[in-house]
Amino acid sequence: MPTRMWKWSLSVAAAAVLALPVPSWGQLTQYDLESRMGAESHVGNVTGHAKDAKTAYRRYCVGCHGPLGDGNGENFPWVDPKPRDFQLGVFKCRSTPTGTLPTDQDLFDTIGRGLDRSNMPQWDPLSNQDRADLVAWVKHFSPRWTNEKPGAPIEIPAEPEVTAERIKAGRDVFARVQCWKCHGVLGQANGPSAATLTDDLGRPIAAYNFTEGSRPKCGDTDRDIYRIFMTGLDGTPMPSFADNIKPDEAWDLVFYLRTLMSQPSKAKAMAKQLGLKPVDPNAPAGQQ
Amino acid sequence: MSKRYNFAAVLSAVVLICCGALILGQKVNAAGEGKITGTVKLDGTAPHMKGIDMAKDPYCSKAHASDPGHLETYVVGADGGMANVVVYISEGLTGSAASEASAAEPVFDQKNCMYTPHVLALAVDQKFKVTTSDQTTHNIHPLPNPMTGNIPWNQSQPPGAAPVEKSWKAPEVIPVQCNIHPWMHGWFVVVKGPHATSDTKGAYTISNVPPGNYTVTAWQEAAGTQTQKVTVAAGAAGTANFTFKAK
Repeated sequence: MPTRMWKWSLSVAAAAVLALPVPSWGQLTQYDLESRMGAESHVGNVTGHAKDAKTAYRRYCVGCHGPLGDGNGENFPWVDPKPRDFQLGVFKCRSTPTGTLPTDQDLFDTIGRGLDRSNMPQWDPLSNQDRADLVAWVKHFSPRWTNEKPGAPIEIPAEPEVTAERIKAGRDVFARVQCWKCHGVLGQANGPSAATLTDDLGRPIAAYNFTEGSRPKCGDTDRDIYRIFMTGLDGTPMPSFADNIKPDEAWDLVFYLRTLMSQPSKAKAMAKQLGLKPVDPNAPAGQQ
Repeated sequence: MSKRYNFAAVLSAVVLICCGALILGQKVNAAGEGKITGTVKLDGTAPHMKGIDMAKDPYCSKAHASDPGHLETYVVGADGGMANVVVYISEGLTGSAASEASAAEPVFDQKNCMYTPHVLALAVDQKFKVTTSDQTTHNIHPLPNPMTGNIPWNQSQPPGAAPVEKSWKAPEVIPVQCNIHPWMHGWFVVVKGPHATSDTKGAYTISNVPPGNYTVTAWQEAAGTQTQKVTVAAGAAGTANFTFKAK
Protein backbone atom coordinates (compact mmCIF):
# COMPACT_ATOMS: atom_id res chain seq x y z
CA MET A 1 0.00 0.00 0.00
CA PRO A 2 1.44 3.46 -0.89
CA THR A 3 2.33 5.47 2.22
CA ARG A 4 -0.12 8.27 1.46
CA MET A 5 -3.09 5.91 1.25
CA TRP A 6 -2.08 4.18 4.44
CA LYS A 7 -2.01 7.50 6.32
CA TRP A 8 -5.35 8.54 4.92
CA SER A 9 -7.02 5.34 5.89
CA LEU A 10 -5.53 5.62 9.36
CA SER A 11 -6.98 9.08 9.88
CA VAL A 12 -10.37 8.02 8.48
CA ALA A 13 -10.39 5.08 10.86
CA ALA A 14 -9.52 7.41 13.75
CA ALA A 15 -12.38 9.72 12.78
CA ALA A 16 -14.78 6.77 12.62
CA VAL A 17 -13.77 5.69 16.12
CA LEU A 18 -14.17 9.22 17.46
CA ALA A 19 -17.63 9.48 15.92
CA LEU A 20 -18.92 6.45 17.85
CA PRO A 21 -21.03 7.28 20.89
CA VAL A 22 -18.94 7.06 24.03
CA PRO A 23 -19.64 3.69 25.66
CA SER A 24 -20.19 4.73 29.26
CA TRP A 25 -21.62 1.56 30.73
CA GLY A 26 -19.90 -1.60 31.62
CA GLN A 27 -16.62 -2.12 33.30
CA LEU A 28 -13.98 0.55 33.32
CA THR A 29 -10.62 -0.31 31.90
CA GLN A 30 -7.11 0.59 32.93
CA TYR A 31 -7.21 3.17 30.15
CA ASP A 32 -10.21 5.00 31.66
CA LEU A 33 -8.44 5.09 35.00
CA GLU A 34 -5.17 6.42 33.55
CA SER A 35 -7.10 9.25 31.92
CA ARG A 36 -8.44 10.34 35.30
CA MET A 37 -5.13 10.16 37.14
CA GLY A 38 -5.24 13.96 37.56
CA ALA A 39 -8.07 13.67 40.11
CA GLU A 40 -7.63 15.84 43.21
CA SER A 41 -9.23 16.19 46.61
CA HIS A 42 -9.43 19.19 48.91
CA VAL A 43 -9.74 18.58 52.63
CA GLY A 44 -9.16 21.63 54.79
CA ASN A 45 -5.88 23.09 53.50
CA VAL A 46 -4.60 19.73 52.28
CA THR A 47 -4.76 18.93 48.56
CA GLY A 48 -4.72 15.26 47.66
CA HIS A 49 -3.43 13.92 44.33
CA ALA A 50 -4.56 10.59 42.94
CA LYS A 51 -1.18 9.84 41.38
CA ASP A 52 0.47 10.04 44.81
CA ALA A 53 -1.83 7.38 46.29
CA LYS A 54 -0.89 4.56 43.92
CA THR A 55 1.49 2.88 46.36
CA ALA A 56 -0.67 3.32 49.44
CA TYR A 57 -3.72 1.94 47.61
CA ARG A 58 -1.80 -1.11 46.44
CA ARG A 59 -0.43 -1.64 49.90
CA TYR A 60 -3.53 -1.09 52.06
CA CYS A 61 -6.71 -1.11 49.96
CA VAL A 62 -6.34 -3.31 46.89
CA GLY A 63 -6.87 -6.58 48.76
CA CYS A 64 -10.55 -5.78 49.27
CA HIS A 65 -11.40 -2.98 46.84
CA GLY A 66 -9.49 -4.49 43.90
CA PRO A 67 -7.10 -3.03 41.31
CA LEU A 68 -10.00 -1.50 39.35
CA GLY A 69 -11.78 -0.22 42.49
CA ASP A 70 -14.83 -2.37 41.80
CA GLY A 71 -14.78 -4.01 45.23
CA ASN A 72 -13.63 -7.26 43.65
CA GLY A 73 -10.30 -7.67 45.41
CA GLU A 74 -8.97 -11.10 46.36
CA ASN A 75 -10.66 -10.90 49.78
CA PHE A 76 -14.08 -10.27 48.21
CA PRO A 77 -15.46 -13.80 48.80
CA TRP A 78 -14.55 -13.75 52.47
CA VAL A 79 -15.80 -10.40 53.72
CA ASP A 80 -19.32 -9.28 54.55
CA PRO A 81 -20.45 -6.50 54.16
CA LYS A 82 -18.81 -6.60 50.73
CA PRO A 83 -16.11 -4.03 49.85
CA ARG A 84 -17.46 -0.85 48.25
CA ASP A 85 -17.50 -0.65 44.44
CA PHE A 86 -15.88 2.75 43.88
CA GLN A 87 -16.78 2.72 40.18
CA LEU A 88 -20.45 3.26 41.04
CA GLY A 89 -19.68 6.37 43.07
CA VAL A 90 -22.44 5.51 45.60
CA PHE A 91 -21.49 5.96 49.27
CA LYS A 92 -23.17 5.36 52.61
CA CYS A 93 -21.59 8.00 54.81
CA ARG A 94 -22.28 11.44 53.38
CA SER A 95 -23.12 14.90 54.61
CA THR A 96 -24.97 15.45 51.30
CA PRO A 97 -28.57 14.63 50.26
CA THR A 98 -29.54 11.18 48.95
CA GLY A 99 -28.58 10.65 45.30
CA THR A 100 -25.64 13.08 45.42
CA LEU A 101 -21.89 12.59 45.66
CA PRO A 102 -20.24 12.88 49.07
CA THR A 103 -17.80 15.70 49.79
CA ASP A 104 -14.05 15.06 49.92
CA GLN A 105 -14.26 15.61 53.67
CA ASP A 106 -16.89 12.81 53.94
CA LEU A 107 -14.59 10.29 52.23
CA PHE A 108 -11.63 11.53 54.26
CA ASP A 109 -13.62 11.01 57.47
CA THR A 110 -14.63 7.47 56.44
CA ILE A 111 -10.98 6.50 55.92
CA GLY A 112 -10.08 7.75 59.39
CA ARG A 113 -13.19 6.43 61.12
CA GLY A 114 -13.43 3.05 59.47
CA LEU A 115 -16.79 1.30 59.18
CA ASP A 116 -17.88 -0.52 62.30
CA ARG A 117 -19.19 -4.08 61.83
CA SER A 118 -17.27 -4.43 58.57
CA ASN A 119 -13.71 -5.25 57.54
CA MET A 120 -12.91 -1.57 56.97
CA PRO A 121 -10.59 -0.55 59.81
CA GLN A 122 -9.68 2.90 61.06
CA TRP A 123 -6.64 4.03 59.08
CA ASP A 124 -5.01 5.85 61.98
CA PRO A 125 -1.39 5.37 60.83
CA LEU A 126 -1.99 7.24 57.58
CA SER A 127 -1.14 10.94 57.58
CA ASN A 128 -3.68 13.54 56.53
CA GLN A 129 -1.80 13.91 53.25
CA ASP A 130 -1.94 10.13 52.64
CA ARG A 131 -5.67 10.09 53.35
CA ALA A 132 -6.35 13.09 51.08
CA ASP A 133 -4.35 11.39 48.30
CA LEU A 134 -6.41 8.22 48.80
CA VAL A 135 -9.64 10.27 48.60
CA ALA A 136 -8.48 11.58 45.21
CA TRP A 137 -7.62 8.00 44.23
CA VAL A 138 -11.07 6.73 45.25
CA LYS A 139 -12.62 9.53 43.15
CA HIS A 140 -10.63 8.63 40.03
CA PHE A 141 -12.47 5.28 39.86
CA SER A 142 -15.87 6.80 39.08
CA PRO A 143 -16.83 8.92 36.07
CA ARG A 144 -19.40 10.58 38.34
CA TRP A 145 -16.79 13.00 39.66
CA THR A 146 -16.05 14.18 36.13
CA ASN A 147 -19.73 14.78 35.36
CA GLU A 148 -21.17 15.96 38.69
CA LYS A 149 -20.35 18.05 41.71
CA PRO A 150 -20.84 16.79 45.29
CA GLY A 151 -24.19 17.71 46.85
CA ALA A 152 -24.45 20.69 49.21
CA PRO A 153 -23.98 19.41 52.78
CA ILE A 154 -27.24 19.43 54.74
CA GLU A 155 -27.57 22.14 57.35
CA ILE A 156 -27.57 20.94 60.93
CA PRO A 157 -28.81 23.48 63.49
CA ALA A 158 -27.00 23.77 66.82
CA GLU A 159 -27.80 20.88 69.17
CA PRO A 160 -30.46 21.87 71.71
CA GLU A 161 -30.47 20.81 75.36
CA VAL A 162 -31.93 17.34 75.89
CA THR A 163 -35.22 17.48 77.82
CA ALA A 164 -37.95 15.00 78.76
CA GLU A 165 -40.30 16.75 76.29
CA ARG A 166 -37.79 16.35 73.48
CA ILE A 167 -37.28 12.65 74.20
CA LYS A 168 -41.06 12.10 74.17
CA ALA A 169 -41.38 14.12 70.95
CA GLY A 170 -38.60 11.99 69.45
CA ARG A 171 -40.55 8.87 70.35
CA ASP A 172 -43.52 10.30 68.41
CA VAL A 173 -41.29 10.86 65.37
CA PHE A 174 -39.97 7.27 65.69
CA ALA A 175 -43.60 6.07 65.64
CA ARG A 176 -44.80 8.43 62.88
CA VAL A 177 -42.13 7.70 60.29
CA GLN A 178 -42.11 4.05 61.40
CA CYS A 179 -38.42 3.49 62.07
CA TRP A 180 -39.55 0.31 63.86
CA LYS A 181 -40.58 -1.33 60.56
CA CYS A 182 -36.93 -2.34 60.20
CA HIS A 183 -35.19 -1.37 63.44
CA GLY A 184 -37.86 -2.83 65.77
CA VAL A 185 -39.73 -1.04 68.56
CA LEU A 186 -36.78 -1.55 70.93
CA GLY A 187 -34.13 -0.85 68.27
CA GLN A 188 -33.13 -4.52 68.16
CA ALA A 189 -33.17 -4.71 64.34
CA ASN A 190 -36.09 -7.13 64.44
CA GLY A 191 -38.93 -5.13 62.87
CA PRO A 192 -41.36 -6.89 60.50
CA SER A 193 -39.32 -5.85 57.42
CA ALA A 194 -35.85 -6.53 58.88
CA ALA A 195 -35.50 -10.09 57.58
CA THR A 196 -36.02 -9.28 53.89
CA LEU A 197 -33.72 -6.25 53.55
CA THR A 198 -31.26 -6.22 50.66
CA ASP A 199 -28.73 -3.66 49.46
CA ASP A 200 -28.78 -2.04 45.99
CA LEU A 201 -26.96 -5.04 44.53
CA GLY A 202 -29.51 -7.47 45.96
CA ARG A 203 -27.34 -8.81 48.79
CA PRO A 204 -28.89 -9.39 52.23
CA ILE A 205 -28.17 -6.57 54.69
CA ALA A 206 -28.99 -6.11 58.37
CA ALA A 207 -30.71 -3.10 59.91
CA TYR A 208 -28.70 -1.34 62.64
CA ASN A 209 -29.18 -2.86 66.07
CA PHE A 210 -29.15 0.01 68.59
CA THR A 211 -28.91 -2.28 71.61
CA GLU A 212 -25.75 -4.31 71.07
CA GLY A 213 -23.24 -1.56 71.80
CA SER A 214 -21.63 -1.19 68.36
CA ARG A 215 -20.97 2.25 66.92
CA PRO A 216 -23.23 3.59 64.18
CA LYS A 217 -21.43 3.13 60.83
CA CYS A 218 -21.06 6.79 59.98
CA GLY A 219 -19.88 8.07 63.35
CA ASP A 220 -21.19 8.13 66.89
CA THR A 221 -21.60 11.80 67.73
CA ASP A 222 -25.13 13.24 67.94
CA ARG A 223 -24.48 15.16 64.71
CA ASP A 224 -23.40 11.95 62.96
CA ILE A 225 -26.68 10.26 63.96
CA TYR A 226 -28.69 13.32 62.88
CA ARG A 227 -26.96 13.14 59.50
CA ILE A 228 -27.78 9.45 58.93
CA PHE A 229 -31.55 9.78 58.72
CA MET A 230 -31.48 13.17 56.96
CA THR A 231 -29.17 11.96 54.15
CA GLY A 232 -29.98 8.25 54.07
CA LEU A 233 -27.29 5.62 53.57
CA ASP A 234 -27.13 5.35 49.77
CA GLY A 235 -26.75 1.84 48.42
CA THR A 236 -28.71 0.43 51.38
CA PRO A 237 -32.42 0.25 52.32
CA MET A 238 -31.98 3.20 54.73
CA PRO A 239 -33.82 6.10 53.04
CA SER A 240 -33.53 9.84 53.54
CA PHE A 241 -36.20 11.35 55.80
CA ALA A 242 -35.17 14.92 54.96
CA ASP A 243 -38.56 15.78 53.43
CA ASN A 244 -40.53 14.39 56.34
CA ILE A 245 -38.62 15.24 59.52
CA LYS A 246 -38.10 18.92 60.39
CA PRO A 247 -34.65 19.93 61.71
CA ASP A 248 -35.98 20.47 65.26
CA GLU A 249 -37.79 17.09 65.21
CA ALA A 250 -34.60 15.49 63.95
CA TRP A 251 -32.84 16.48 67.17
CA ASP A 252 -35.76 15.02 69.16
CA LEU A 253 -35.32 11.76 67.27
CA VAL A 254 -31.56 11.74 67.96
CA PHE A 255 -32.33 11.98 71.70
CA TYR A 256 -34.89 9.18 71.50
CA LEU A 257 -32.45 6.93 69.58
CA ARG A 258 -29.91 7.57 72.35
CA THR A 259 -32.40 6.05 74.81
CA LEU A 260 -32.46 2.82 72.74
CA MET A 261 -28.67 2.53 72.56
CA SER A 262 -26.87 0.48 75.19
CA GLN A 263 -24.19 3.15 75.68
CA PRO A 264 -24.89 5.38 78.70
CA SER A 265 -26.15 8.88 77.87
CA LYS A 266 -28.04 11.72 79.50
CA ALA A 267 -31.07 10.92 77.32
CA LYS A 268 -30.97 7.25 78.35
CA ALA A 269 -30.92 8.15 82.05
CA MET A 270 -33.84 10.57 81.59
CA ALA A 271 -35.90 7.98 79.70
CA LYS A 272 -35.35 5.50 82.51
CA GLN A 273 -36.58 8.06 85.03
CA LEU A 274 -39.61 8.80 82.84
CA GLY A 275 -40.42 5.11 82.54
CA LEU A 276 -40.69 5.59 78.78
CA LYS A 277 -42.34 2.62 77.05
CA PRO A 278 -41.53 1.43 73.52
CA VAL A 279 -43.83 2.62 70.72
CA ASP A 280 -46.95 0.57 69.96
CA PRO A 281 -46.89 -0.45 66.29
CA ASN A 282 -50.65 -1.09 66.35
CA ALA A 283 -51.65 2.32 67.75
CA PRO A 284 -53.60 4.54 65.32
CA ALA A 285 -51.63 7.40 63.77
CA GLY A 286 -50.80 10.16 66.24
CA GLN A 287 -52.00 8.20 69.29
CA GLN A 288 -48.89 6.83 70.91
CA MET B 1 4.66 13.48 12.10
CA SER B 2 4.57 14.50 8.42
CA LYS B 3 2.75 17.59 7.19
CA ARG B 4 0.53 15.52 5.01
CA TYR B 5 -0.57 13.44 7.97
CA ASN B 6 -1.45 16.61 9.90
CA PHE B 7 -3.49 17.85 6.97
CA ALA B 8 -5.37 14.56 6.80
CA ALA B 9 -6.14 14.62 10.50
CA VAL B 10 -7.41 18.22 10.40
CA LEU B 11 -9.51 17.51 7.34
CA SER B 12 -11.13 14.45 8.89
CA ALA B 13 -11.87 16.43 12.08
CA VAL B 14 -13.55 19.16 10.00
CA VAL B 15 -15.61 16.58 8.14
CA LEU B 16 -16.59 15.05 11.46
CA ILE B 17 -17.74 18.37 12.94
CA CYS B 18 -19.73 19.23 9.79
CA CYS B 19 -21.50 15.85 9.91
CA GLY B 20 -22.32 16.37 13.60
CA ALA B 21 -23.70 19.86 12.93
CA LEU B 22 -25.83 18.53 10.08
CA ILE B 23 -27.33 15.77 12.21
CA LEU B 24 -28.02 18.01 15.20
CA GLY B 25 -29.40 20.81 13.04
CA GLN B 26 -32.09 18.70 11.38
CA LYS B 27 -35.45 20.14 12.38
CA VAL B 28 -38.62 18.14 12.26
CA ASN B 29 -41.64 19.87 10.82
CA ALA B 30 -44.28 19.86 13.56
CA ALA B 31 -47.16 20.12 11.08
CA GLY B 32 -48.92 16.98 9.86
CA GLU B 33 -47.66 14.74 12.64
CA GLY B 34 -48.89 11.19 12.69
CA LYS B 35 -49.08 8.42 15.20
CA ILE B 36 -48.24 4.78 15.73
CA THR B 37 -50.91 2.51 17.16
CA GLY B 38 -51.33 -1.18 17.74
CA THR B 39 -52.13 -3.98 20.14
CA VAL B 40 -49.85 -6.09 22.29
CA LYS B 41 -50.94 -9.68 22.92
CA LEU B 42 -49.65 -12.64 24.82
CA ASP B 43 -49.60 -15.91 22.90
CA GLY B 44 -51.14 -18.80 24.85
CA THR B 45 -52.40 -18.88 28.41
CA ALA B 46 -51.19 -16.23 30.78
CA PRO B 47 -48.83 -17.52 33.49
CA HIS B 48 -50.38 -17.80 36.93
CA MET B 49 -49.58 -14.74 39.03
CA LYS B 50 -48.83 -15.65 42.63
CA GLY B 51 -50.79 -14.00 45.40
CA ILE B 52 -48.88 -11.73 47.79
CA ASP B 53 -48.77 -12.39 51.50
CA MET B 54 -48.92 -8.93 53.06
CA ALA B 55 -49.26 -10.19 56.64
CA LYS B 56 -46.11 -8.39 57.75
CA ASP B 57 -47.94 -5.08 57.48
CA PRO B 58 -51.53 -5.18 58.82
CA TYR B 59 -52.38 -1.96 56.95
CA CYS B 60 -51.54 -3.62 53.62
CA SER B 61 -53.31 -6.91 54.31
CA LYS B 62 -56.41 -5.01 55.44
CA ALA B 63 -56.41 -2.94 52.24
CA HIS B 64 -56.43 -6.20 50.28
CA ALA B 65 -58.94 -8.04 52.49
CA SER B 66 -61.54 -8.41 49.70
CA ASP B 67 -59.19 -8.18 46.71
CA PRO B 68 -55.94 -10.09 47.34
CA GLY B 69 -52.84 -8.59 45.77
CA HIS B 70 -51.06 -10.50 43.01
CA LEU B 71 -47.71 -10.16 41.32
CA GLU B 72 -47.98 -8.04 38.17
CA THR B 73 -45.27 -9.58 36.01
CA TYR B 74 -47.88 -10.39 33.35
CA VAL B 75 -51.15 -8.45 33.31
CA VAL B 76 -53.24 -10.10 30.58
CA GLY B 77 -56.90 -9.46 29.67
CA ALA B 78 -59.53 -12.03 28.61
CA ASP B 79 -58.70 -11.63 24.89
CA GLY B 80 -54.96 -11.94 25.43
CA GLY B 81 -54.29 -8.18 25.41
CA MET B 82 -51.26 -7.45 27.60
CA ALA B 83 -50.90 -4.32 29.75
CA ASN B 84 -47.75 -2.54 30.97
CA VAL B 85 -45.83 -2.99 27.73
CA VAL B 86 -43.84 0.11 26.80
CA VAL B 87 -43.65 0.85 23.07
CA TYR B 88 -41.17 3.46 21.91
CA ILE B 89 -39.32 4.59 18.80
CA SER B 90 -35.85 3.10 18.99
CA GLU B 91 -34.57 4.19 15.56
CA GLY B 92 -35.46 6.85 13.01
CA LEU B 93 -36.12 9.88 15.23
CA THR B 94 -33.92 12.86 14.51
CA GLY B 95 -33.07 16.18 16.06
CA SER B 96 -35.55 17.87 18.32
CA ALA B 97 -38.19 15.10 18.18
CA ALA B 98 -35.77 12.74 19.90
CA SER B 99 -34.71 15.11 22.64
CA GLU B 100 -38.00 16.86 23.36
CA ALA B 101 -39.13 16.06 26.90
CA SER B 102 -42.87 15.80 27.40
CA ALA B 103 -44.46 18.59 29.42
CA ALA B 104 -46.87 16.14 31.07
CA GLU B 105 -45.90 15.21 34.63
CA PRO B 106 -47.08 11.63 35.30
CA VAL B 107 -47.72 10.31 38.81
CA PHE B 108 -46.33 7.12 40.31
CA ASP B 109 -48.52 6.36 43.31
CA GLN B 110 -48.05 3.99 46.23
CA LYS B 111 -51.56 2.72 46.83
CA ASN B 112 -52.64 -0.24 48.96
CA CYS B 113 -48.98 -1.24 49.15
CA MET B 114 -48.68 -1.63 45.37
CA TYR B 115 -47.29 0.67 42.69
CA THR B 116 -49.85 2.40 40.46
CA PRO B 117 -48.97 2.18 37.64
CA HIS B 118 -46.75 -0.87 37.84
CA VAL B 119 -44.75 0.43 34.85
CA LEU B 120 -44.20 4.12 34.22
CA ALA B 121 -42.73 5.11 30.85
CA LEU B 122 -40.87 8.42 30.82
CA ALA B 123 -38.87 10.47 28.36
CA VAL B 124 -35.35 11.50 29.30
CA ASP B 125 -35.53 14.60 31.57
CA GLN B 126 -39.33 14.29 31.88
CA LYS B 127 -40.46 15.23 35.38
CA PHE B 128 -42.63 12.82 37.36
CA LYS B 129 -44.11 12.72 40.83
CA VAL B 130 -43.99 9.93 43.38
CA THR B 131 -46.99 10.11 45.72
CA THR B 132 -48.35 7.97 48.55
CA SER B 133 -52.01 7.27 49.26
CA ASP B 134 -51.21 4.86 52.10
CA GLN B 135 -51.37 5.11 55.88
CA THR B 136 -48.14 3.18 56.21
CA THR B 137 -44.53 4.25 55.61
CA HIS B 138 -42.94 3.40 52.27
CA ASN B 139 -39.46 4.05 51.02
CA ILE B 140 -39.19 4.76 47.33
CA HIS B 141 -35.90 3.31 46.12
CA PRO B 142 -35.14 3.23 42.36
CA LEU B 143 -32.10 1.15 41.39
CA PRO B 144 -30.57 2.52 38.17
CA ASN B 145 -27.05 1.59 37.13
CA PRO B 146 -25.00 4.65 38.17
CA MET B 147 -22.70 4.05 35.18
CA THR B 148 -25.51 5.15 32.83
CA GLY B 149 -25.71 8.64 34.32
CA ASN B 150 -28.87 7.90 36.31
CA ILE B 151 -28.17 8.12 40.03
CA PRO B 152 -29.91 5.92 42.61
CA TRP B 153 -31.68 7.62 45.53
CA ASN B 154 -33.83 6.44 48.40
CA GLN B 155 -36.48 8.53 50.13
CA SER B 156 -38.92 7.76 52.90
CA GLN B 157 -42.61 8.56 52.43
CA PRO B 158 -44.50 8.22 55.71
CA PRO B 159 -48.33 8.67 55.72
CA GLY B 160 -49.28 12.11 54.39
CA ALA B 161 -45.84 12.75 52.87
CA ALA B 162 -45.59 15.39 50.14
CA PRO B 163 -44.92 14.14 46.58
CA VAL B 164 -41.32 13.63 45.52
CA GLU B 165 -40.54 15.24 42.15
CA LYS B 166 -37.78 13.72 40.04
CA SER B 167 -36.54 13.05 36.49
CA TRP B 168 -33.96 10.76 34.84
CA LYS B 169 -30.98 11.84 32.77
CA ALA B 170 -30.44 8.83 30.49
CA PRO B 171 -32.46 6.09 28.76
CA GLU B 172 -32.60 3.02 31.00
CA VAL B 173 -35.03 0.43 32.37
CA ILE B 174 -34.93 1.20 36.09
CA PRO B 175 -36.37 -1.19 38.69
CA VAL B 176 -37.93 0.48 41.73
CA GLN B 177 -38.58 -1.14 45.07
CA CYS B 178 -39.76 -0.54 48.61
CA ASN B 179 -37.45 -2.15 51.15
CA ILE B 180 -40.15 -2.08 53.84
CA HIS B 181 -42.61 -4.03 51.65
CA PRO B 182 -40.40 -6.42 49.67
CA TRP B 183 -43.21 -7.45 47.30
CA MET B 184 -43.44 -3.88 45.96
CA HIS B 185 -41.65 -3.90 42.61
CA GLY B 186 -42.19 -1.51 39.73
CA TRP B 187 -40.39 -0.03 36.75
CA PHE B 188 -39.41 3.35 35.36
CA VAL B 189 -38.80 2.84 31.64
CA VAL B 190 -36.84 5.87 30.43
CA VAL B 191 -36.65 6.30 26.65
CA LYS B 192 -35.86 9.00 24.11
CA GLY B 193 -38.78 10.67 22.38
CA PRO B 194 -42.46 9.71 22.02
CA HIS B 195 -43.65 6.49 23.66
CA ALA B 196 -46.77 4.76 24.98
CA THR B 197 -47.73 2.07 27.47
CA SER B 198 -50.30 -0.59 26.58
CA ASP B 199 -53.58 -0.57 28.52
CA THR B 200 -55.46 -3.56 29.96
CA LYS B 201 -56.70 -4.46 26.46
CA GLY B 202 -53.15 -4.34 25.11
CA ALA B 203 -53.88 -1.21 23.05
CA TYR B 204 -51.41 1.64 22.73
CA THR B 205 -51.04 4.85 20.72
CA ILE B 206 -47.85 6.85 20.31
CA SER B 207 -48.83 10.42 19.39
CA ASN B 208 -46.80 13.31 17.93
CA VAL B 209 -44.80 11.17 15.55
CA PRO B 210 -43.36 13.10 12.58
CA PRO B 211 -43.77 11.36 9.18
CA GLY B 212 -40.95 8.94 8.51
CA ASN B 213 -39.63 5.41 8.68
CA TYR B 214 -39.07 4.04 12.15
CA THR B 215 -38.09 1.04 14.18
CA VAL B 216 -40.36 0.65 17.20
CA THR B 217 -39.46 -1.46 20.21
CA ALA B 218 -41.92 -3.06 22.64
CA TRP B 219 -40.57 -3.85 26.12
CA GLN B 220 -42.17 -6.24 28.59
CA GLU B 221 -40.54 -6.76 31.98
CA ALA B 222 -40.32 -10.56 31.76
CA ALA B 223 -40.93 -11.44 28.10
CA GLY B 224 -38.21 -9.12 26.81
CA THR B 225 -38.21 -6.82 23.79
CA GLN B 226 -39.39 -7.02 20.18
CA THR B 227 -38.84 -4.61 17.31
CA GLN B 228 -40.75 -3.79 14.12
CA LYS B 229 -40.40 -1.39 11.22
CA VAL B 230 -43.20 1.15 10.78
CA THR B 231 -43.82 3.88 8.24
CA VAL B 232 -45.79 6.94 9.28
CA ALA B 233 -47.24 9.20 6.57
CA ALA B 234 -48.08 12.86 7.23
CA GLY B 235 -51.19 13.06 9.45
CA ALA B 236 -51.75 9.30 9.30
CA ALA B 237 -51.23 6.37 11.63
CA GLY B 238 -48.71 3.55 11.28
CA THR B 239 -49.57 0.20 12.82
CA ALA B 240 -47.38 -2.18 14.79
CA ASN B 241 -48.93 -5.16 16.58
CA PHE B 242 -46.81 -7.29 18.87
CA THR B 243 -47.28 -10.84 20.13
CA PHE B 244 -45.14 -12.02 23.02
CA LYS B 245 -44.59 -15.52 24.38
CA ALA B 246 -44.46 -15.88 28.12
CA LYS B 247 -41.03 -16.78 29.49
